[in-house]
Amino acid sequence: MKWSEMFTSSVGKKWVMALTGLFLIIFLIVHAGINACIWANDGGTMFNKAAHFMGSTVLIRIAEIGLFLGIFLHIIQGYMLELQNRSKRKQGYAVPMGNKGSKWYSRSMALLGTILLMFFILHWWHFWVPARFIGHEELTEININGVHMHNMYNLMQFTFSELWVVLVYVFACFSLCWHLVHGFQSAFRTVGVSNSKYLTLIKNVGIGYSVIISLAFAMMPVSMYLGWV
Amino acid sequence: MEHYSMNLTLKVWRQKNKDSKGAFETYPVKNISSEMSFLEMIDVLNEELIREGKDPIAFDHDCREGICGMCSMYINGRPHGPWQQNTTCQLHMRAYKDGDTIVIEPWRANAFPVLKDLVVDRSSFDRIIQAGGYISVNTGSAVDANAVPVEKDNADAAFAAAACIGCGACVAACKNSSALLFVSAKVSHLALLPQGGPERKSRAMNMVAQMDKEGFGSCTNTGACEAVCPKGISIENIARLNREYMMAGAGSDK
Ligand code: HEM
Ligand code: SF4
Ligand code: FES
Repeated sequence: MKWSEMFTSSVGKKWVMALTGLFLIIFLIVHAGINACIWANDGGTMFNKAAHFMGSTVLIRIAEIGLFLGIFLHIIQGYMLELQNRSKRKQGYAVPMGNKGSKWYSRSMALLGTILLMFFILHWWHFWVPARFIGHEELTEININGVHMHNMYNLMQFTFSELWVVLVYVFACFSLCWHLVHGFQSAFRTVGVSNSKYLTLIKNVGIGYSVIISLAFAMMPVSMYLGWV
Repeated sequence: MEHYSMNLTLKVWRQKNKDSKGAFETYPVKNISSEMSFLEMIDVLNEELIREGKDPIAFDHDCREGICGMCSMYINGRPHGPWQQNTTCQLHMRAYKDGDTIVIEPWRANAFPVLKDLVVDRSSFDRIIQAGGYISVNTGSAVDANAVPVEKDNADAAFAAAACIGCGACVAACKNSSALLFVSAKVSHLALLPQGGPERKSRAMNMVAQMDKEGFGSCTNTGACEAVCPKGISIENIARLNREYMMAGAGSDK
């Protein structure tokens, strides 16, 4: 197999989707873990320290490049896959199969992914771009135990004081949940897990993961909007 | 169950040949017995069409007992009709009641072009088999049948995969027109048996390459194939093929 076949053959493409998808699944655990520090009820100290740490070592800067490569590979390959798959049936059916045999979210991965992509752009604009490049008037400086750092907590509270932003974030988490309910178990099938005892376990763990991660992310803007933290 | 007879409305895809456009035609059928098979019901309609001097509906069929895989009709939005693990030829009219409307379409996929009416060209499947769905055996005197031991679980799984009759319903049901259930059944069948060992790697690579060349799509594990497969082929076979493919591909020199 030539390297290029990872991106051109029908099965190779799926391996790329699965490996990048699994990588994103791991990333989300780290991301949610750090953000959960906002619930420490200490005015954001713990969260700011964690966020500062994530920007302070060269290893994490390298991981960030890996993350962007992974996301873009997943997105580009995802659209290629969807477009090519759609082109394989020029003439469709008069009576569509609908839900007879498959779940709506398993057939809507590209749609759910597109919602996620649009959300990412907004999300990067809200936090990543100000923190890394252009700053923001609500992104003040703070001094914790003699270390200067960004007050990301402040920027978060400002961002989530707008209702429409909170609603968009919650909607994106809803899409994430359905993308992952299918994607989590699908990724393991794609990388060749065929034993039914594991598949049953993976399916259940996948549902648990999808619901917990999405709910955790959704509760962050909600908590801030409602003034819980 | 009690016998009954029914009148139905059929909407059938009619297409003169590969190059013509095709359209649905509506046919009323009367006095259909609940004991008839679906194909017998079409036979009744065809005899009437012939009597009227019209062109009968072309459809594929051979054994009419669920073993050859020739019959192929997409009935009311489901390949092989409403019953589970069932072929069109084994569908019986007791699945319907008086006054029903039934829409009948051919399998739809670029890799299965319509030849006439409900008949599609499935020779793409034959070419996938020719690319690797076999084992090479030396000529000479036959080996004793029990000379090669096979583990029972593997024998059972290989047997279950070998049940695939190559009907193509999996492709017809798949939103991506993927043939992976078919290909994975054929690859699994041989990969699980010692006789399939020598050509194991080239088989997985070559069959997938041929499948791609024929214009089938990529699997996204929606499970629609498994739901309509008349032989209950499990999508666990697809996971096995994904593994076989990468083991063979990543381990190759080229
Ligand atoms: C945090 C973000 C995301 C995560 C964690 C994620 C995760 C996954 C996983 C695990 C899979 C299953 C791979 C497989 O079946 O082998 C998958 C598939 C897919 N993803 Fe994503 N994804 C994300 C974002 C996106 C985005 C932004 C798009 C945009 C187009 C997208 C499009 C797709 C498509 C089209 C598939 C193929 C469906 C399939 O093969 O089952 N994903 N994703
Ligand atoms: S896997 Fe099932 S649906 Fe597909 S060709 Fe074989 S028997 Fe038909
Ligand atoms: S005609 Fe042989 S399986 Fe239906």
